[in-house]
Amino acid sequence: MRANCWMGRNRVEVQDVPDPKILNRRDAIVRITSSAICGSDLHLYDGYVPTMERGDILGHEFMGEVVEVGPGVDNLQLGDRVVVPFPIACGACLQCEAGMYSACENSNPNAGMAEKMWGHATAGIYGYSHLTGGFAGGQAQYARVPFADVGPLKIESDLPDEKVLFLSDILPTGWMGAELCEIKPGDVIAVWGAGPVGQFAIASAYLMGAERVIAIDQYEYRLRMAREKAGAETINFQETSVIETLKEMTAGRGPDACIDAVGMEAKHRVKPLNAYDRVKQAFRLETDRPHALREAVLACRSGGIVSVIGVYGGFVDKFPAGSWMNRSITMKTGQCHVQRYMRPLLAQVERGNIDPSFVVTHRMRLDDTPKGYETFKHKRDDCVKVVLKP
Amino acid sequence: MTSVLSPSTAPSGHRVSPPPGGRSFRGRNVNASPLRGLARGLGVFSLGLGLSQLLSPDELARKAGVDDEPSSRALIRGVGVREVIHAGGLLGTNRLGFWSWTRVAGDVMDLATLGRALQGNRGRRRARTATATAAVAGVTVLDLISAVGNSMAQDEGMGAGGLHLTGAVTVNRPREEVYRFWHRFENLPTFMYHLESVSITGDRRSHWRAAGPLGRSVEWDAEIVDDRPGEYISWHSMPGSGVVNAGSVRFTPAPGGRGTEVRVQLTYVIPGGKLGAAVAKLFGEQPEQQVGDDLRRFKQVMETGEVLRSDGSPAGHSARWQMHQREAQPLPSRV
Repeated sequence: MRANCWMGRNRVEVQDVPDPKILNRRDAIVRITSSAICGSDLHLYDGYVPTMERGDILGHEFMGEVVEVGPGVDNLQLGDRVVVPFPIACGACLQCEAGMYSACENSNPNAGMAEKMWGHATAGIYGYSHLTGGFAGGQAQYARVPFADVGPLKIESDLPDEKVLFLSDILPTGWMGAELCEIKPGDVIAVWGAGPVGQFAIASAYLMGAERVIAIDQYEYRLRMAREKAGAETINFQETSVIETLKEMTAGRGPDACIDAVGMEAKHRVKPLNAYDRVKQAFRLETDRPHALREAVLACRSGGIVSVIGVYGGFVDKFPAGSWMNRSITMKTGQCHVQRYMRPLLAQVERGNIDPSFVVTHRMRLDDTPKGYETFKHKRDDCVKVVLKP
Repeated sequence: MTSVLSPSTAPSGHRVSPPPGGRSFRGRNVNASPLRGLARGLGVFSLGLGLSQLLSPDELARKAGVDDEPSSRALIRGVGVREVIHAGGLLGTNRLGFWSWTRVAGDVMDLATLGRALQGNRGRRRARTATATAAVAGVTVLDLISAVGNSMAQDEGMGAGGLHLTGAVTVNRPREEVYRFWHRFENLPTFMYHLESVSITGDRRSHWRAAGPLGRSVEWDAEIVDDRPGEYISWHSMPGSGVVNAGSVRFTPAPGGRGTEVRVQLTYVIPGGKLGAAVAKLFGEQPEQQVGDDLRRFKQVMETGEVLRSDGSPAGHSARWQMHQREAQPLPSRV
């Protein structure tokens, strides 16, 4: 089959690789009909996630048709149309039972590696480094899906792929980002990052009853999408001081909750500050550049919530622990527990409350994936989301 | 009211028992092998120092700023004999903790002697004595690290010619079920990768076969010593077995319905010669790691039915292999 492989920093190649096979009783093989490039794939592309191997197949947002099932899968039939959640989860461990699927205790065969880095291991994830299991990803024609009796969501309606594909990751991730904010009537929510996850976090916050949602980014076209499609007010951080502007907009209170939908490769308006973290990251003195996180903590009102759904990999420095502690700020975070949100969100899509396809700006053939990464990385051609068709 | 948990605050109908006594818990010493290296290094140092003290005491006296009188020469030779004894202990035995402590004691003696010399000396000799004192003080720190670290490892049985391994995992299944699976020793190879097979040969007897080096197997017979259904199993190898070993597993309910806590202890006596080398090889560089791997796979088998495989780790979880990842691509067809 054809598959998009990581070949080193800033290099992906679509290659001919062996077709996946059933390796465990509860596996299924899915023929992929749509797949996408995620913002977190860019962290891999940029070479900031350790434990990548040359040849790793990328991609953790995909859907398709079941073409083979192992003897332990009794809820899927050949021909079923399914969306596959990005965290691989067994459904039987204590974490899965508590609904914390992305912290599954059984789905990461490289758990020892993850323990060294993170203290405890997390779930396996498709195409997302060997720290999360070394599973081949879904930017390919076929994928092996472990624990297929737990994860995949059957789509029985005739909704097109683009309306349901994002149930695999970014729609639930944005939704969880808003849910962690425990939104109450009158709340003002600020969202750092107006990429696809940020867009869905904004839309979700409104669905949960937020009074105002303020989006922060540096790309005007993304802020425009946040205003026009998701209904947010916007701040361009290249033009103004975010913390000051947020204070002004909230008459000094600060947002009731802040969502970091940026993660480890944030940028800062003030060039020397940007360079400081850039250099430390280059010399591996810190792995992540936490500008958005620092700003979210400082901007949040005292007693408010900072919800982190942007991805971090290792260590940060200059974290404003004093502000966080002294001002009673709650930090909540996690890789999305997608399995928990897929069904209720599918219902929202079916009812027409949300149409996630508004983020799609580029559609490409699988063979053009390398071009998709470049376009997405350099924000060319007003790129927000790339969907791949095998 | 003196107790924090006063009976009046308890829900009615429940008797409140006093909180269980706290206990201190010392985890395993994960740094055992660098500490062993340190102790051996200090042994080599003792040997070199001792020999030079025995062979050229005058040279050493001069360097330390000590008077080159017959009495100090005799003292230095005496210290030399002591150093060679330290070296013998550190290089020739496995009681690294004890022998490191003898070095610490020696350091204290030397520091006292040097301290006295420091008071009497003036000028360049004083400077030399001060340098020698600083050097001994530095080595004392290393000796202390080695002594404390290796005694802790020795307490846990890692020192003395045997391998004493422990591990624990929480399995989200009822205690009886977890016990039953383990009790069928034929099941052990599904998660203990160093075992090729275990077959039941009698009421409490079993025959174990493990994969040795160069494709040769290591085999032994074992019998169950203690068996308390749902709680505890212990076994040991039969007298006359080539591989002398013992093991036990304890099952306790995890608090608040969190499943079952499984705690395992394994002891292998590592004999000398080829057999010893073969037994040691079963466990690789980091034996503790292997028990952890076994238990993680045990948990997977109990909770999900089997060991999960990935493209990068096709054999499933194994700390030994996870450093040799293949790329995350489907395996080529073996047909």
